[in-house]
Amino acid sequence: MLASAIFGLFVGSIPGLTATMAAALLIPFTFFMDPVPAIAAIVTTVAMAIFAGDIPGALLRIPGTPASAAYCDEAYAMTRKGKVATALGVSLVCAAIGGVFGSAILAMTAPVLAEFAIKFSSYEYFWLACLGLSCAVVVSTGSTLKGLVSLLIGLFISTIGIDITAGHPRFAFGNPEMMGGISFIPAMIGMFAISEVLRFIAAPHKQESIPQQPIKNVFRGLGGIISTYKLNVMRGGVIGAVVGILPGAGSDIAAWIAYAMSKRFSKNRDKFGSGHVEGLVDAGTANNAGLAGAWVPALVFGIPGDSITAIVIGVLYMKGMNPGPTVFMQQPELIHAVFIVFFLANLALLPLGFIAIRLSRTILLVPRHVLIPIILMFCVVGSFAINNTVFGISVMLIMGILAYLMEENGFPVAPTILGIVLGTMLEDNFMSSMIKADGQFTEFFSRPIAAVLGVLVILIWTLPLLRFLLSSIRGEKTRFTN
Amino acid sequence: MGFNDALIGLALVIFAIAEIAYSATFPSLHGQAYGPSLFPTIIGCGLIACGLVLIFRGLRARSQHARLAQSTQSESIESLDNPVWVQLGQWAHNPASRVNMLLVPVLLVAYILLSDSIGFIPLSVAILTVLLFRLGSSLLSSLLIAIVVTLVLQLLFAKVLLVPLPSGLLLPWLG
Repeated sequence: MLASAIFGLFVGSIPGLTATMAAALLIPFTFFMDPVPAIAAIVTTVAMAIFAGDIPGALLRIPGTPASAAYCDEAYAMTRKGKVATALGVSLVCAAIGGVFGSAILAMTAPVLAEFAIKFSSYEYFWLACLGLSCAVVVSTGSTLKGLVSLLIGLFISTIGIDITAGHPRFAFGNPEMMGGISFIPAMIGMFAISEVLRFIAAPHKQESIPQQPIKNVFRGLGGIISTYKLNVMRGGVIGAVVGILPGAGSDIAAWIAYAMSKRFSKNRDKFGSGHVEGLVDAGTANNAGLAGAWVPALVFGIPGDSITAIVIGVLYMKGMNPGPTVFMQQPELIHAVFIVFFLANLALLPLGFIAIRLSRTILLVPRHVLIPIILMFCVVGSFAINNTVFGISVMLIMGILAYLMEENGFPVAPTILGIVLGTMLEDNFMSSMIKADGQFTEFFSRPIAAVLGVLVILIWTLPLLRFLLSSIRGEKTRFTN
Repeated sequence: MGFNDALIGLALVIFAIAEIAYSATFPSLHGQAYGPSLFPTIIGCGLIACGLVLIFRGLRARSQHARLAQSTQSESIESLDNPVWVQLGQWAHNPASRVNMLLVPVLLVAYILLSDSIGFIPLSVAILTVLLFRLGSSLLSSLLIAIVVTLVLQLLFAKVLLVPLPSGLLLPWLG
């Protein structure tokens, strides 16, 4: 756990290497661990990485992870005012508070939801998967249309391999390895690590010079700041956890929303952007709270709340564990272990993060043009290790190039990942429901919860359309009156 | 590397049609209207719809761009959609980074094809040295870093995690 903490801090604090990439690089190792240590390693790594992303944000104005992007300018403005120690201290303490807060929400809501979810049948699961996928498209960054395309690509990838109902190989072209389906660990490594490698090579960054400012007394004056803004801490925590629970939206979106909320409701709105600590409190809390929030749907329904939990679900499946309400009944000790790991990881953030801040200058001096080839080789070995065939490396390469091209053209990658993870679940539940219902689609609305979920899905898709139609009608009207 | 939305849309439509056509060959379960081909077909239809919208948007962006360029004569027109057919990234203008960009897939394909016969250690050293050198390290330090990293990986994965990394040429020594 300590090793993964250090790894997470290191990866997070290097600009361009994201928390998701840290998790993807970790998978080959978790493959050889027991479930609990494996989860512990991922949780710790990611929590550390999300905080550590603030360090280059404050020092260099380059967010270390996308989750720090929302308030990176703010933190850098504080650095220019000579308050770098306060900025980093605030983001560290808020990260820890947010993490603990999110963990508490996770520990409280997940078992309750699980009790509820145990009654779910394939109809409910079908709608839940739909809901998860719809959310992923609607809340994803960038245009909804491109999000939808990205989702469809993911769903298509999930159909490759032996089909579940008839046992017919699809899109395998006689290749036995394709028949087994695209194993998603190499796919994830490709989409998150290889695409970063390509992006770095396409636009090599120069090594930035680091402002020569002493970083001392990180914790001084923090008590005052936190108690002044305790409402903001609460708000950030709630926003983070709620956004985290929504499938497809992770810490980065939580941080943006929290920062925007903070700005809108602040008394000193004009101070934002000039090195004001308030937004930092909100968003710094939100992104770490979002991490834990994302685990709620992942543990209860097996529907990932963000791309990191998508990786986790992949790891759990590999270990023969199907996340879902049954895990709560059959292996409660595992669930409790996850909760404990979350609390521990976020508490450990305080001392370890402090050390990372002190060492930040050295970490930032590590030349990235040396790291990138090493990461590439690491990915190769990691993808190979899952099945011990080079097929994994091919998958990794293709998915990496695909993800790179998609991001270059404004297609979000997260819906693809969710599509790959949820595609099988969606089809599985649809087919077994259809067989149960004897082909009657109305059966999908016959159970109360299923009906509510189904209506919700339909609303998510029709509301934006309706609004679009209304506004275009209104536009026509104004044109007529003019 | 940015493409015009219309090109992406076109590619999606072509892909989806091929996909649907291929799905049509799947056998259906007897007595049921739906089978293995249902989901691929739905996905294909969705892709065709999205592709058509993308084509429309891409073409509109192009025509708007042309109109704006005519009326204002200015070259700096900010548009969210890419008005040009293909916009190459920065890397394409610089021959060195162009080579680097192609190098990653080429090296990986080489690894995929050769790892069984040549083995992990020599290939990894070679790939790392080439990439490190191309990205700006000196030849000597590239070679040193490559050897150290390869040995660490070999130790970590082959000895600790027991992944059967291919021995290749070094088989007699690695046993």
